[in-house]
Amino acid sequence: MTTDFEQLFKERIVIIDGAMGSLIQTYGLEEVDFRGDRFKEHHRDLKGNNDLLSLTRPDIIEEIHGRYFAAGADVVETNTFSTTSIAQADYELSGSVITDLNIAAVQCARRAANAAQEKTPGRKCFVAGAIGPLNRTLSMSPDVNRPEYRAVTWNQVVAAYEEQIRALLQGGVDALLVETIFDTLNSKAALFAIEGVFEELGRRVPVMISVTITDASGRTLSGQTITAFYDSVRHAKPFSVGINCALGGAEMRPYIQELARVAECYVSCYPNAGLPNAFGGYDETPDEMAAVLVDFAAQGWLNLVGGCCGSTPEHIAAIAQGMKQHAARKSPSGVHDMRLSGLESLVVASPSSVRSV
Amino acid sequence: MTVASQFLIVGERTNITGSPKFAKALKAGDWNECLSVARQQVESGANILDINVDEALIEGEPTMVKFLNLIAAEPDICKVPIMIDSSKWSVLEAGLQCLQGKGIVNSISLKDGEEEFLRRAKLVKRYGAAAVVMAFDEQGQAATRDEKVRICTRAYKLLTGLGFPPEDIIFDPNILTVATGIEEHNNYAVDFFEATKIIKATLPHAKVSGGVSNVSFSFRGNNPVREAIHSAFLFHGIKAGMDMGIVNAGMLSVYEQIPPDLLVLVEDVLLNRRPDGTDRLVSYADSLKAQHGGGSKIELKEDLAWRNATVASRLSHALVKGIDAFIEADTEEARQQFKRPLDIIEGPLMDGMRVVGDLFGAGKMFLPQVVKSARVMKRAVAYLTPFMEEEKRQAVLAGATVRTQGKVLLATVKGDVHDIGKNIVGVVLACNNYEVVDLGVMVSCEKILATAKENGADIIGLSGLITPSLDEMVSVAKEMTRQGFTVPLLIGGATTSHPHASVKVAPQYASGVVHVLDASRVVNVVSALLSPEQKPAFLAEVAAKQQLARTDFEARRVQRKLLTLAEARNRRQKYDWSTIDIPKPELIGTRAYNDVPLQDLVPFIDWGPFFNAWELFGAFPKILEDEKVGVEAKKLYADAQTLLARIIKEKRFRANAVIGFWPCNTVGDDVELYTDEARSKVLGRLHMLRQQAEKQPGQFNLSLADFLAPKDSGRIDYVGGFAVTTGLGVEAFAESFRKQHDDYSAIMVQALGDRLAEAFAEYMHKQARVLSGFGKTEDLSNDQLIREQYRGIRPAPGYPACPEHTEKGTLFQLLDATKATGMTLTESFAMNPASSVSGFYLNHPDAKYFGLGKIGRDQVEDYAARKGMSIEEAAKWLGPSLDESSVGTTAAA
Repeated sequence: MTTDFEQLFKERIVIIDGAMGSLIQTYGLEEVDFRGDRFKEHHRDLKGNNDLLSLTRPDIIEEIHGRYFAAGADVVETNTFSTTSIAQADYELSGSVITDLNIAAVQCARRAANAAQEKTPGRKCFVAGAIGPLNRTLSMSPDVNRPEYRAVTWNQVVAAYEEQIRALLQGGVDALLVETIFDTLNSKAALFAIEGVFEELGRRVPVMISVTITDASGRTLSGQTITAFYDSVRHAKPFSVGINCALGGAEMRPYIQELARVAECYVSCYPNAGLPNAFGGYDETPDEMAAVLVDFAAQGWLNLVGGCCGSTPEHIAAIAQGMKQHAARKSPSGVHDMRLSGLESLVVASPSSVRSV
Repeated sequence: MTVASQFLIVGERTNITGSPKFAKALKAGDWNECLSVARQQVESGANILDINVDEALIEGEPTMVKFLNLIAAEPDICKVPIMIDSSKWSVLEAGLQCLQGKGIVNSISLKDGEEEFLRRAKLVKRYGAAAVVMAFDEQGQAATRDEKVRICTRAYKLLTGLGFPPEDIIFDPNILTVATGIEEHNNYAVDFFEATKIIKATLPHAKVSGGVSNVSFSFRGNNPVREAIHSAFLFHGIKAGMDMGIVNAGMLSVYEQIPPDLLVLVEDVLLNRRPDGTDRLVSYADSLKAQHGGGSKIELKEDLAWRNATVASRLSHALVKGIDAFIEADTEEARQQFKRPLDIIEGPLMDGMRVVGDLFGAGKMFLPQVVKSARVMKRAVAYLTPFMEEEKRQAVLAGATVRTQGKVLLATVKGDVHDIGKNIVGVVLACNNYEVVDLGVMVSCEKILATAKENGADIIGLSGLITPSLDEMVSVAKEMTRQGFTVPLLIGGATTSHPHASVKVAPQYASGVVHVLDASRVVNVVSALLSPEQKPAFLAEVAAKQQLARTDFEARRVQRKLLTLAEARNRRQKYDWSTIDIPKPELIGTRAYNDVPLQDLVPFIDWGPFFNAWELFGAFPKILEDEKVGVEAKKLYADAQTLLARIIKEKRFRANAVIGFWPCNTVGDDVELYTDEARSKVLGRLHMLRQQAEKQPGQFNLSLADFLAPKDSGRIDYVGGFAVTTGLGVEAFAESFRKQHDDYSAIMVQALGDRLAEAFAEYMHKQARVLSGFGKTEDLSNDQLIREQYRGIRPAPGYPACPEHTEKGTLFQLLDATKATGMTLTESFAMNPASSVSGFYLNHPDAKYFGLGKIGRDQVEDYAARKGMSIEEAAKWLGPSLDESSVGTTAAA
């Protein structure tokens, strides 16, 4: 049975929201806001740990989601980018709080979605559970003198992701979004965990995947080309693959083009609002950002589009407006190439593969 | 990205059972050696790396994890997919947790029953790997065709039922040992081939692989026979549909080159063609062993059996093997038999060259071999030429029009004298039967285009080594557009690149600009361009790649951040000049060294780049032992030694040098040279450039000027200069070989000239350090010298620290180099003859080489003012260093 979420992708280019962190900043929150009641006594400073706000200032998180829905987003991401035991270890937070934060974050987003649907009858609004990359990586050593060393093990990463994924599903997300991937092995552990939890709970939601190409080398931080990355996650039968963060749309162009060429699923793109300026801010205006993404859509490369760092509801509104005139990309089916990869891709085309669009 | 259209080689040397060397290193915990085995496999063309650490005394899981983690830190190794190979599931699983790419598990099977098979398959899928599935079930290993097919079919159904992607299933239907003396084993290879055929036909998208070495186990210690068996096995396996194989690529002989008598015996065994096949092959192997006195290291000795074959196959053999001893006699014999001389060229000779071309293209033959083959070809063609001309004359007399092959015009552009690469390209094209018009070096644009028109060239190829040649190529492209040319333009040479061709050259000329990376690509490129069917698609693909490169370039351009020149100067490397040791050289002024004995230079030769010139890559002397190219590298090295000895004995080259030291101080980024230490009169001025890229805190924006004392420090400093050449005589000697159609030796002469010039620069630098004082106590081996582990540097104008070439003009004036050595400068400031080196000596204890990187428009303007050039002229000379975005901004302002 096709869900409403899946149906939307068949109809048109779907809009996802923009940045969360930069909007939170505009509220000028203080330590006391982050602590709320729940973390009043915590022995570490918590200001800046945005994910806590889902519990301590849910009003703000819900409001931000609401602003994105109002701007035309179909999907918002939960405020859970760093809500794993590994990422929260920096603040010495662990235990039931991880589950509570994830569930609270889904609820914030869901309330905003419901409100938006009520405001415009017939409208469908969705919540994607955001799964971030972690601050420890499985395929790189933090110690240059010990290249074989790893700061974390596969099993630890899988366990941390499982905890988050269970809570996101319990909270009721429409999809999971493994995003801002800079180390493919971390994302493979997340996908491994997702599959495990799906089996455990006996139900599935679409799995969306979004990688970060760090610079004009066209590679992930861990060294893979975009195609090699696709090869590495293809086994998870992703609902969509795409690129977000680090680059502006213009810089992403060749990589989105390549991904659109190879991907057997939907393709997503939510870039930063340009490259950071000298002060770490983002200068691309809503119209500028939309113009780049509209061109991608015109090329027939996109199924899901939105913004990452530096983008605002105004940016999303401009993007949503621009997408109206363009049709969604059609994915090829029936392809049975064997796709292997190291840092680079190795494809063995199957002679009997029939490419049909 | 690689799209494989051919057989995939899975490197077996990182399998502990596949390589004693790897086994030893792994057991000793010598991880660097283990990595070097892995790297070698990738370098020698393995598409996938098989990694197996199964050994009784090794703890499998942590060893696999450590090795994979180490590999993950080596981009030149982990660019290829990994095949994790173990008989222990726990080791496979530990390995799967370390692979960021999509790898292969080797292997799973029905050996432990359906349940366990499915459990593992499900995990493999969840980890995201492909799987080798052995034709093995609860009853054991499948040996016959039907068993193999039955088990594979059962496994396929189980796997696809699980949702395992069929394209990720790689069957290994067991390559079992033949010729064991046991009759049931005789059909094992046939069983494998037939099973493969059925599997590929009936199990959609599944692949077939196998461990090839197993088949020849009966002949352990007899490598020639084993290699022949492997090659013949693969030949038939691939025909049957085998997609990949675990092999030692270095141990494969070419199917076509297996001695025919041996091939018959091998195929009798593999194809089970006669009951006594095994006996016959064994006795052949034994006789081979006896012939060579036994032992494990038997090599097939070069014998003259091939002389008994037909003349056509003798010609082909001579070409493939590069043997020129009999070529003229054989060509004459063929001429008696064939109707027309051209039939010989287009028949047996081209057949041979096609084999060479294919082997070269597939990385199975190396450049020195190809050039040797070309020498044979050229000799044969030269022998036939008079006969063909006579025939042509007769034909023209009879009123016929003469058919022409594709014609390629080659030239090294104006201002550049480097032509080794261009000559290699010419040879490779010529021996593929293209007509090559080679205009030589320093050819003006007018001459190139006029000659192209005159000769009706189908393709124009431009070569160059120094950076100003890049601009010259752009000019030629523009001029071609203006004159309405429509033939494709090829770009090649060491400083050329795909991005440069894409961003700078291609936009100037719409009829096709193709960057040719090296000689091995040129035949494919030219044949595609000359084929009316292939050309449009080929050019479209090139254009698409160039568009991508341009987009990429744009993306990089936006990212680059430069400091202003003033900021960069503020962030220069500062020294406390009151304490720096400034040695005073014994020599003030210049001194010429003429006719230095060449044998004195030999110990200073750095052989590494010599092999690079021949497109053999690897560190010297390790390259001589290299698994893939070692044999050829050794031959090449031996030939080089012979020729070098001859050059020395016959005094073919002259080694002339001039060096000088002058008192100096810096003023800003300029270096003022004085006539004497009173510093009253300025003798000349050097103009240094400064890095402008934004640096990390603690790093400096360097200029060579930072290593010399500023005028206001109150100290006198000294800067040196040198110009050395061993090029006088090179061209004449090379030409003498070309006249004999021996391009191999001609190219070798040039390459040796270059090596001697570099050695001479090293030699003179040592003299200069002695003259500076601190060199007297230096105690360095030649190797340390070559690796430049001494105080002081000798940066050369045109190279990264000071990339602007016109400074060479100043240097030559200061040294009066032309008068002292016979070297001259071209209008692009390339040194003539080519085997020459010039530069500065800087003695500062911290002096080091660096790359200038990109500079801004402000520095160009400043530099122009310092040099008394117009800004346009300075921008032209600094072009390659100039940040494009800063050009745009000023142009607009």
